[in-house]
Amino acid sequence: MAATNGQLSNLITVDQVSKSFPLPEGKGEFTVLSNVSLSIRTGEVVALLGRSGSGKSTLLRIMAGLIPPTRGEVLSNERPLRGPNDKVAMVFQSFALLPWLTVLENVELGLEARGVRRGDRLRQSLKAIDLVGLDGFESAYPKELSGGMKQRVGFARAFVLRPQVLFMDEPFSALDVLTSENLRGEIDDLWNAKTFPSESILIVTHNIEEAVFLCDRVIILGANPGRVRGEVVIDLPRPHDRTHPRFKSLVEYIYTIMTNPEIEVTGTVSVAPQPTPEVTTQSPYAKPLPHVRVGGISGLLELIVDQPQGTDDIPRLAERLQLAVDDLLPILDASVLLGFAEVSQGDVRLTAVGQDFATTTILRSKDLFRQQILQHVPVINSIVQTLREKRSRSMRADFFFDLWNEYFPTTEAERLFATAVDWGRYAEMFEYDAGEERLYLPESPAIAPPIETET
Amino acid sequence: MKTFPSPEALQRLPFGLADVAVILGTLILLALVANIGAGTTVSFQPPEILPEVNLDPLNLPYYAGRSTLRMFVALFLSWMFTLAYGYIAANSKRAERIMIPMLDILQSVPVLGFLSITVTGFIALFPGSLLGLETASIFAIFTSQVWNMTFSFYQSLRTVPKELHEAAVLYRLSRWERFTKLEVPSAMIGLLWNAMMSFGGGWFFVAESEAISVLNQEYTLPGIGSYVATAIAQENLPALGWALLTIVVVIVAVDQLFWRPLIAWSDKFRVEQSASVEVPSSWVYDLLTTARIPRLLGQFVLPLQESISHFLATMTPSPAAPRQDQTIRNGDRWFDWALLGIIGICLASVLQFILSTVGIAEVFKTLGLGLLTLVRVSVLLVAATLIWTPIGVAIGFNPRLARLLQPLVQFLASFPSNFIFPFVTLLFLRTGISLDFGSIMLMALGAQWYILFNSIAGAQSIPTDLREMADDVGLAGWQRWQKLIIPGIFSAWVTGGVTASGGAWNASIVSEIVAWGTNKLTATGLGAYIATATAVGDWPKITLGIAVMSLFVVGFNRLIWRRLYQLAETKYHF
Repeated sequence: MAATNGQLSNLITVDQVSKSFPLPEGKGEFTVLSNVSLSIRTGEVVALLGRSGSGKSTLLRIMAGLIPPTRGEVLSNERPLRGPNDKVAMVFQSFALLPWLTVLENVELGLEARGVRRGDRLRQSLKAIDLVGLDGFESAYPKELSGGMKQRVGFARAFVLRPQVLFMDEPFSALDVLTSENLRGEIDDLWNAKTFPSESILIVTHNIEEAVFLCDRVIILGANPGRVRGEVVIDLPRPHDRTHPRFKSLVEYIYTIMTNPEIEVTGTVSVAPQPTPEVTTQSPYAKPLPHVRVGGISGLLELIVDQPQGTDDIPRLAERLQLAVDDLLPILDASVLLGFAEVSQGDVRLTAVGQDFATTTILRSKDLFRQQILQHVPVINSIVQTLREKRSRSMRADFFFDLWNEYFPTTEAERLFATAVDWGRYAEMFEYDAGEERLYLPESPAIAPPIETET
Repeated sequence: MKTFPSPEALQRLPFGLADVAVILGTLILLALVANIGAGTTVSFQPPEILPEVNLDPLNLPYYAGRSTLRMFVALFLSWMFTLAYGYIAANSKRAERIMIPMLDILQSVPVLGFLSITVTGFIALFPGSLLGLETASIFAIFTSQVWNMTFSFYQSLRTVPKELHEAAVLYRLSRWERFTKLEVPSAMIGLLWNAMMSFGGGWFFVAESEAISVLNQEYTLPGIGSYVATAIAQENLPALGWALLTIVVVIVAVDQLFWRPLIAWSDKFRVEQSASVEVPSSWVYDLLTTARIPRLLGQFVLPLQESISHFLATMTPSPAAPRQDQTIRNGDRWFDWALLGIIGICLASVLQFILSTVGIAEVFKTLGLGLLTLVRVSVLLVAATLIWTPIGVAIGFNPRLARLLQPLVQFLASFPSNFIFPFVTLLFLRTGISLDFGSIMLMALGAQWYILFNSIAGAQSIPTDLREMADDVGLAGWQRWQKLIIPGIFSAWVTGGVTASGGAWNASIVSEIVAWGTNKLTATGLGAYIATATAVGDWPKITLGIAVMSLFVVGFNRLIWRRLYQLAETKYHF
């Protein structure tokens, strides 16, 4: 991993890359990545950090040459990339081991494909297996191994190719807390000992602590569409000390950025929130909903309401719940959207309605939820409006699904529909018959007057 | 990694008892194949020189060998076809759009109706040799088993986990390496199970295709099926008994010596990353893994194997760049139109052929006959369900009984029911039962077991805690069936029902006309219509009959089974 002549050269450059997928029936396209530019240099560990929907895995796969960009270009060693990038090796979230091959055979796979002869292959593979601490397990099959050991095989399979850049796609997120902590530490040790079998590392993650711990540079991606919001340089001596106050403030800062999509990422810690840009009037179906069940929202609010002043520090909350950003932030988003909570400077604070919602009875919490939806979630109001206009007071599910499908790809539209149904059912604003795939207004017109506070 | 034999291994003799058994077994197998295979190229000059079938039971092992050899040749061809067809369909979007619907239709076409066409074709292909008949018979078996296997392989290829696929691309596996290391292994378990089931069904067709009369001409091929046919013609009951015994022995032997070891071996291809609950075992497989000869041979062959696969790998480099998806679309639209055009022309020409030769009245007549056979198939399904599901559920709920009986039911399902037809025919003749009703029973002889088999499997799949809950809340009698058992076994029942109905349609061609010596029983139905047309070589009627039957099967599948499948998948599953 020695940098050539002490000068940092670009190993991979992403130049104004966009990726979009066509929506069904020529309704236009759905943009996953928009105008992304970044570069990976020799001798650094870089994280791509973003929430779900930021296209971070897509970006990684474009850089690996697994999928072509729609616009823009990827350069590998200054040369345009066509097809799979043979300068990189990838470690997958699900390990991606072939269950019918032994550990050794799995590790040998890439070498065999490159036509390395059997003797050399065996020697190099055994060395890589040794490096990840799997000595003695060469002839075991993956199904005999624990999750952590499987991912070690994944690392060995990548190491043995001595790639220029090692790609990791959420490599620790399928492991339990202790195992992932252990493996993360070992990878970091290997890097710090300067014996790492690649010149640079690019890791995709949604775990903020992990990014700050492992990386020299954290590139923050924004969602809808995915884009680079900026980068944060982790200016700490290696290995990064988690107890260092600077470490904590960096984590705090990144949390602040991630919970406020409008903040500009300057890389300098301590930032005042920027004024919110004006939202243009659009169809209510064009705006995504956070995919959260009502149970998740009320569970989180109940945890926060027990804290002094109904305020909680988000990194601490995440640590307490053992939830990664992808799981926690959507719940926070939903709480903010519904006016139950406010987020600022890495803290979450419950509003008066939120405190009420978290502590009241189930029946009243349904009323409150309905009241907040009427005020803040136009798409569900629009559904109810459509149902009211029908004489049968019911409508095919496809109708609404298609409206979402105008703006989102099918899988996303399905999730949006499921979320809207969950919220609408809970608020008793409409009913859904999954067998007939129809939405109905409930029999008793409980929703006729918009607000009925204080019983 | 063991590069040297352990001291313990060195102390042992190079050969153990297992090796002796393996060597002997291999030699016997080779001798048998050589001996039996030699018979396939004897001279054959119809109509003067025809092979005779001798009813002496001592000849049965030889005949059974000939039939078994045919089965294995067909199985081998099915594998080759499956790998090629499935691979192409899964890897080319355009090919997929023709190949998969075609497979769906071919699967629904009654194989037996084809026999007449293929027999004449293949005899013309190999003049003066029995090979023509031989290939026709093999082709019949092939068409009876190949579609299932191909579907299974295609489906497995489509469901290879995405990240495994990405790993294969990124690690630059050549097409050959991807095929041998990723695609075939991940399809292996499904493919083997399907092959085993189809092989069981194949016995029915081997028996049917060995003795067939086409275009007023009797063709006989030495084999266990023609032995049965001759015994029927000569009204020789003891010979039929011997044939029955032989086929039982052959099926059990093939299962023990061939399928069990393969199934045991294939367990390592299980994709679930945890150790499986019940590992299939086989004494032959244990023998082969204990013996040292196979391993020694393996080490000897390894360098050769290595260089061959290296060669194949360099011949099939991994695809360079992923294609841009924009440009293809316009071409695809043209492709679709062209396809529609070709289909239209084909349909029109078949219609024109039928209408110009037999006329519209005949079409309506066959449709009516089709309805009659449809009624038979439906009665069979309902009756088999009413009788066998309660029994199947009772067996499935009792683990000990299930373990004991399941192999037996599986055996019954793969047993060729046409070996029992003569006995039942005799019963009909003695009691005077009309074949109009009797044919339902004949069709059921083969089809009912699928319902039983799947009911057992379905009952076993109901979680124990659900059954305990049912006991706890006091569900009993009909309520228990309504709330727990029927929904619980529904999806398994649908699987069984589809297989049973497919089998029954096929069997209708042989069970609506049966004979005992010179006595002939005929039922009114589409199966009898096709069988009669085949015997006299009436091409327009054969075409019409097959077309109408395919129409019924495809229609039945689309309108009923597919919907039930969807219901099972979305609502009734655990």
